[in-house]
Amino acid sequence: MSVAAETGIIGGIAAKFRTCPATGLKIDIAAQNLIKANAVVAIVFLAVGGLFGLLVALTRWPAVKILDPDLFYLVLTAHGLDVLLVWIIFFEMAVLYFASAIILNCRLATPRIAWLAFILMLVGAVLANVTVLQGESSVMFTSYVPLKAAPNFYLSLIVFAVGALLGCFVFLGTLVIAKDEKTYEGSIPLVTFGALVACIIAIFTLASGAVILIPTWLWSLGYIAHIDTVMYKLVWWAMGHSSQQINMAAQVAIWYAIPAILMGAKPLSEKVSRMAFLMYILFLQLASAHHMLVEPGLSSEWKVFNTSYAIYLAVLGSMIHGFSIPGAMEAAQRANGYTNGVFEWLRRAPWGNPAFAGMFLSLVLFGFLGGISGVVLGTEQINIMLHNTMYVPGHFHATVVAGTSLAFMALTYLVVPLIFQREIIWPRLAKWQPYLFGMGAAGISLFMMGAGTLGVARRHADISFSDATLSFDYPPAAFLMLGLNGMAGILAAIGGGLFVVIIVFSVLFGKKVDASNIVEALGPMPQKRVSDAVHKHGDSGTFHLPGTYILVATFFSAFVLYYFVNWKYLSELWQLG
Amino acid sequence: MAITSPENKLWWTEKVGRAELVWITIAFLWGVFMFAMMVWWHLEGNQNLSNEVYRVVPETFEEKTVAFTEKYTVREEADIPVVKPDPGSDIYMLSRLWEWWPILELKKGQTYRLHLSSMDWQHGFSLQPVNINIQVHPGLEHVVTLTPTQSGEFSVVCNEFCGVGHHTMVGRIHVID
Ligand code: HEM
Ligand SMILES: [Cu+2]
Repeated sequence: MSVAAETGIIGGIAAKFRTCPATGLKIDIAAQNLIKANAVVAIVFLAVGGLFGLLVALTRWPAVKILDPDLFYLVLTAHGLDVLLVWIIFFEMAVLYFASAIILNCRLATPRIAWLAFILMLVGAVLANVTVLQGESSVMFTSYVPLKAAPNFYLSLIVFAVGALLGCFVFLGTLVIAKDEKTYEGSIPLVTFGALVACIIAIFTLASGAVILIPTWLWSLGYIAHIDTVMYKLVWWAMGHSSQQINMAAQVAIWYAIPAILMGAKPLSEKVSRMAFLMYILFLQLASAHHMLVEPGLSSEWKVFNTSYAIYLAVLGSMIHGFSIPGAMEAAQRANGYTNGVFEWLRRAPWGNPAFAGMFLSLVLFGFLGGISGVVLGTEQINIMLHNTMYVPGHFHATVVAGTSLAFMALTYLVVPLIFQREIIWPRLAKWQPYLFGMGAAGISLFMMGAGTLGVARRHADISFSDATLSFDYPPAAFLMLGLNGMAGILAAIGGGLFVVIIVFSVLFGKKVDASNIVEALGPMPQKRVSDAVHKHGDSGTFHLPGTYILVATFFSAFVLYYFVNWKYLSELWQLG
Repeated sequence: MAITSPENKLWWTEKVGRAELVWITIAFLWGVFMFAMMVWWHLEGNQNLSNEVYRVVPETFEEKTVAFTEKYTVREEADIPVVKPDPGSDIYMLSRLWEWWPILELKKGQTYRLHLSSMDWQHGFSLQPVNINIQVHPGLEHVVTLTPTQSGEFSVVCNEFCGVGHHTMVGRIHVID
């Protein structure tokens, strides 16, 4: 139970490790340091990118309009890169190392290569920022050709991607070592399985990125004359969308992990949950289709088949998790003794624990706001009404901010005591953080979707068209939506800023964690057990889960209703054929 | 637990709970339904994007648009020609940094074949306040069949980012009774 590192054998090879006071697992010091480094850089870029996001939201608030158009497009490009790419992927590296070395009780494969990966990613991220801030690369993070950025823009992304790819191989190598050295028995845990799915998708994604970014880089240097605009988008989104599926797999893994750590939740059915994860790999690869539904040059048959990822089987995967995660929590809580009524298990959940609150809000907001809007937006014909409007960023702020980012924040509240071995400083403030950020993120999502429904264009510096020859007046409600979006953006920025400050101060000045305080350091829990919370009776066959049925039925009703409302709107549009 | 190996090493032999099976079935059928809905709308719905697309050299498209404009111009608006084509005819609107050209005047209830293409970068044809949005590429001529069902003044906002003047790119379509 010592906190200081000792050298010993993990599996076959000598490595420095310490023993986790909470779980008794051997924690490889190299893995621990890499998790720390990746998480810290992720959070720094969240801070930078979040600030850019706030500036963007304030510019889109017509009454405030803080940035001039040139600067707005520059900052918007930087915002997309820093948060979607840098924050998310650095954090995912930390998740991969955590889900392999730590959870499997194993040493990390080739820590040197993992450090090389880290350095490449960091160099790429810094170069991308410098290049964008120099001003010649305001092309948005999608950089649709023939818009051309400075060559270093593409180069920086390639370097970043190579780094991330190396990180994926380190993860896979660690799984191989763990298996060889038998650091676990039977199959890998569900959370590691989810991370494995994320990793496999990441490799596909990064390969697509190489296929598109390398020629584009050469084109920007003048070695290639022409890049087909439709082909570019198709391959670019094979990277861009699949990488959202990495986020999905990673965040679902976290949704399983946090209730497991805090409540001892156990999947209702390992088979079903694993199959649902597998669906992400099997049915996502053509998802770039739903970014191209109103593009000329692709047939309707192709669009219909691929936007539904072959009859919505990837969506089915998410809907299954949407049942089995609350179901697992309900079963665990009932087993913990919270059996009164339909919802005592939920009422008595540890709402004051930011890890739990963040995880649960992330699940609910992702499902209700992000999931439903995504399926509707990705319906071939409905997309005609919504393509490139503010509805699109509205949708993905629900998925990637309220969903993924909040899930990552929630996990961080456990990583700080478990890996950084520090208590969360200011626990009372930390308790409120997920709610503030969740409300802000839900707000920006909803208000951007609202503005998009009213036709407001995304990536647009001035919807009052003051410098335009011809003008157009959006309805006053659109201006209202953008104003509310600005306010929600401030709330999200406060919530996000609070997260950054709490974590940085905890890591620097938090009380040291050892065996005496590890349990408290994880925050309030429904029952004071961490490692021995394995229940035999998580199976829904044994348990009746009325609360989960009601939650899922509510979700499904909202989904169906909203879906048909949009078809109704569509039917009122001018006729198109 | 989800963070430990399954206790039952033969976890794939465990029976799946009934509630979970019911939900999987419902969700699967809903997916099939949503898939069928898109197909059905192609057969029965009135809002489908046309698949008629030709490769075109930007200069050629510009020539065609100019010829069309010269033939049908009826007046000017902010120095931009306003074009009133025959109902049911082929009509052209080109996009370039940063304008939609020319202005069209259409008749309500008539069907037109609208040809869209770009002279330079990608642009986004966003018809407001109707809210029809179509991506426009250079080198591709997209022929969209369009039937206005309302009269009045409509605007075409560009909603694909196209450089520093993107937010000034507005075009117009008038629809008369
Ligand atoms: C303080 C929090 C945030 C605020 C206020 C905010 C606000 C915004 C706004 C207003 C837009 C612009 C919409 C437009 O004009 O097209 C935007 C774009 C975007 N945001 Fe955020 N955002 C925040 C955090 C995040 C986070 C955490 C992520 C990712 C994890 C993210 C990802 C993106 C992306 C990818 C875009 C699209 C950029 C583009 O169109 O090129 N945002 N954000
Ligand atoms: Cu444009």
